[in-house]
Amino acid sequence: MSQSYNRGLIEDFSRWREFEAGMWAWIFHKFTGWVLIGYLFTHIAVLSTAIPAADGATMMFQGSQTDVFTGTIVSLEGLLLVRILEVGLLAVAVFHMLNGTRLLLVDLGVGLEAQDKSFYASLILTGAITVASVPTFIAGAF
Amino acid sequence: MAERYSSFESGGRMWLLQRVTAAFLLVVLAFHFFLLHFVHHADEVTLAASSARMEQLSYYSLMVLFLVTATFHGVNGVYNALVNQGLTGTKRTVVKWSLVAASVVLLFQGIRTANAWAGGFPLL
Repeated sequence: MSQSYNRGLIEDFSRWREFEAGMWAWIFHKFTGWVLIGYLFTHIAVLSTAIPAADGATMMFQGSQTDVFTGTIVSLEGLLLVRILEVGLLAVAVFHMLNGTRLLLVDLGVGLEAQDKSFYASLILTGAITVASVPTFIAGAF
Repeated sequence: MAERYSSFESGGRMWLLQRVTAAFLLVVLAFHFFLLHFVHHADEVTLAASSARMEQLSYYSLMVLFLVTATFHGVNGVYNALVNQGLTGTKRTVVKWSLVAASVVLLFQGIRTANAWAGGFPLL
């Protein structure tokens, strides 16, 4: 079970200048968590096109009849907006994973004294992995 | 400052499960991204290729376990975030059971999809 802590309202935007590394890590972890669970529901909804596809449902795609699963996924992947959103999803997932590792370690009693440095390291590594992945995620979109 | 910095009540079963699923998801989510974006590219997805992977019991089991742990970790995370913001009483109970219902729907639909790819539960 979890407890309620009074951190003040994050909606009180004027406070943001007072936030330290730990507060930013907390906000980013919540934000990326909400994005990821929202994406999980969307992901399963899109992948569910495999159910009619397995029963033989087809759609017109690039001039020929294609099963609805393949047609839906490849159509979506053909949109530049979807590719950009996928890069965003990668960034969100990588940050949540790296910061989550940081939280697990702190819970195990490792690195509490360097928790601000490990947050900055999570941010820098997220940026580096995301930038390095852009060519792979954008390939074939143009 | 408090001695413990976690938002969760230490020692609870849900607290532990959130961390155990986190450790599992770290590995499997990285594998999932790597396999489906770097080994195979997302724009090369086909029903046949997805079916070929899902017909293997090891892959099917891993993906179903991935779905179950991700659903638990995500939905429990949302619940904890809301409680953390001060959700109490009847609202808390309503939110809790709504999240449980959403999880059941997600798991049901996810497993239906996995079975559609695999052509039923893969035995071998």
